[in-house]
Amino acid sequence: MQQRLARGEAAALGELYDRFAALVHSQAYRVLGDEEAADQVTREVFGYIWENPDAYDPKQGSMRSWVARLTNSQAVHRLRQSEAAALTEGDGGTTEELEQKVRRAAVAARADYIVTSMPAPLRDALELAYFQRRDYRQTAADLGVTEDEARRRLRLGLQLLSTANPRALEDFSPPDYGRTL
Amino acid sequence: MNGPLDGGSSDGRGRDDGFRGVPRIPSPRPAPDDLHPHAYRPSATQPPTGDEPGPTPDANAPASDGADRAEADGAYPDRAGAGAPETADGGDMRSHRVLKSLLGAWALAACSAEETTAVEEHLGECAPCAEEALRLRDAVGLLHTDRDLDLDPLLRFRVLESCLGRRPARIPVPGWADPYDAETARLDALLRDIGDSEWHAPVRLKWFEGKTQVNRRTTVAGVIGHLMTVDGLVAGALGLDDPLGPHAPLPPTARTESFWNSADLPPTGAIREPWRDQSHALVRTVSFAGHGVAEMPVSYGTFTLPLRDALLDRAFECWIHADDIADAVDYPYAPPSGTHLNRMIDLAARLLPAALAERRRAGLAGPPQHLVAAGAPGRSLHLEVEGSGGGSWYIALDSPAAAGSPDLSIAQVALDGVEFCKLVAGHVSPEEAAVGQDGDREAIRDVLFAAAALSRL
Repeated sequence: MQQRLARGEAAALGELYDRFAALVHSQAYRVLGDEEAADQVTREVFGYIWENPDAYDPKQGSMRSWVARLTNSQAVHRLRQSEAAALTEGDGGTTEELEQKVRRAAVAARADYIVTSMPAPLRDALELAYFQRRDYRQTAADLGVTEDEARRRLRLGLQLLSTANPRALEDFSPPDYGRTL
Repeated sequence: MNGPLDGGSSDGRGRDDGFRGVPRIPSPRPAPDDLHPHAYRPSATQPPTGDEPGPTPDANAPASDGADRAEADGAYPDRAGAGAPETADGGDMRSHRVLKSLLGAWALAACSAEETTAVEEHLGECAPCAEEALRLRDAVGLLHTDRDLDLDPLLRFRVLESCLGRRPARIPVPGWADPYDAETARLDALLRDIGDSEWHAPVRLKWFEGKTQVNRRTTVAGVIGHLMTVDGLVAGALGLDDPLGPHAPLPPTARTESFWNSADLPPTGAIREPWRDQSHALVRTVSFAGHGVAEMPVSYGTFTLPLRDALLDRAFECWIHADDIADAVDYPYAPPSGTHLNRMIDLAARLLPAALAERRRAGLAGPPQHLVAAGAPGRSLHLEVEGSGGGSWYIALDSPAAAGSPDLSIAQVALDGVEFCKLVAGHVSPEEAAVGQDGDREAIRDVLFAAAALSRL
C-alpha cells in the first residue's frame, strides 16, 4: 500500500480511504464532537498521508495504529485551536475549562489509539462482550477459546485501556504496542 | 450519528437497566474527565466489524505479563467455604484467583448473576481487587465504536478530490471508472455496517422477462456473490482471475446460477472480502491500463459492451442491488450522484434501440415504419429525464442504425431519473412507472417495455 501511494496511484488512495475513513472520522468526531470538523480532519489526515507516503514506518507498528495516532493528534490540535479562538473572542469558557476539555479529548484519543493498537484477540473479546453484549461464556464460545481465556482477555483488554486515564498512568506503565496487528 | 458520543445523558438504551449489577460496590469517585459508561453506549446494536484485512493474529496472543503482577497468587487465601458454588470449569468460584480473573467480565457486565454477587462481595474484602475493579469499570467508559453509520458517501469524493488537488496522481483512475469506484465503495460501506445475521436476510431480486416481471429469492450474501461473479466477466476480460475459474460460462445468469449452485453452504459475510478485493483490483487494473483499454470489448455471452460501458453497467447493477440489500435490512440508501446517474441513464438510452429491435424480432414490439440509411436521422422518441442526473435523449425507433433526432420526434415521455433507472432495472413495471406521456402511444409502450427488457438477473 505504502509503495503504491508513493508511486502516485489514485486507486491506492481510494483503497486507503475505504480501509480507514470510518476509523479516522469517528475518532475525529469523538474528540471534536462536530461533524464538519471531523470531515475536515478526515480530509487533512488523508491529505497528509497522500502527500507524505514515506512518513509511515512499518517498524513502528501497524498502519492502522499510525493512522489512528495521526488522527488523534490532528483532532486534538484542531480542538485546541478552535477552543483557543473561542476564548479570545470571549464566547468560550475559562482557560481552565478549555484545558479540561482538551484533556478529556486527549484521554478519549488515547483510549481509541489503545483499542486500535491492542492485540486483535483482546479487541475481539472486548467487541463481543461490550458491543454485542455477549457474556464471557458466549464470548469464549464465539472465539473458540476456554472460558478462562475469555476472562483473561477481557480483563487484560480493559487493563490496557485503563492506561488512557491519566491517574492510571501513575500506577501502570503503558502497554506494549510492539505487536503488529 | 449513532449515539450520544459527546457525553451527556443516557439515551435510555444504555446499561442503566441495572448494568447487570454493577454499582453495588462503593461508588467510584468520578473520573477526572467525567466520562460515564452510559455516555458511550452506542445506540446501534450492530457490532463493529474488524475492517482489518489480512490474517488475524494468533488467538493466544501476548498477554502482558504485568497483568497479574500486583498479586502473587496465594497471598489471598481462598475464602471458599464448604459448598461454595463452582465455576463452569470446575474452579471454586469464591477463590481470590477466580474472582480476580472475573474482574474484566464483571466490569463489562458479562458474567452470571451468581458471579456478579460473588465478585461484589469479594470487593468489600479485598482492596487490590476493589481498586482494579474501579479502574476497569472506568475503562469500560472509554470504549466506543468506530462504526459510523452516517459517513457521508460524498465525503469520499471530497477527500479524494482534495488529496489529488494537493498532489496530482501519477496513475489516475480513468474518469469512466469513477461511477464503478464510487458505487462499490458505497455498497462496501453499507456492508460494513450490517450485522452477521443480516447477511442471511432474504432479498428478492426482480427483473423483467418478455412481458412480465419475474423474481428470485436469495440472501444479502447471495446478492454479493451475484455481483462478484458478474463483475468477474470484466475481470476475466482484463486478464485477472475469474472468480468462477477459467472455464466459467459468460452469460451473467449462467454465471450466477453456477455460483449459487456450486456452494455446499449458503454464502455468508465472508463473501464481502473477495467481492471487494476484486472491485479494487478492477479499478486498479484499468488505471494502469491507460486510455486504449476503454474500448476493449467485454463479452457478456449474448452481447458485448466496450469496457467503459461494461464498468458503467456494473456500477449501475451495484447501486440497484445495494438498494435491494438496503431495503432488506432496512437501511436508507441514496441514489448515485447526479453526474454518475446521468451516465447510467445515457448508457441505457444508448442501448434502447437495440433492445427495441430485439423485441421486434421476438414479436414483442410493433414493426418498423420508416427505415432509413445507417446513421441518418430516424423516427424518434424524446426521453426527458427529470431531476438530478437528468437530461434529454432521442431514441431511434425503427432501427439501431438510425440516429435519434429531435426533428423526427413523434412521442415524448418524461420521468424522474431514479424512476427511469428502476424501470431499466426491472424493479418498476412499464405499466406502473410514473411517466408523463405525449404522442404516439405504441412507440411509447414499445420503448418503455424495451427499457424494462434491459434488466436481467
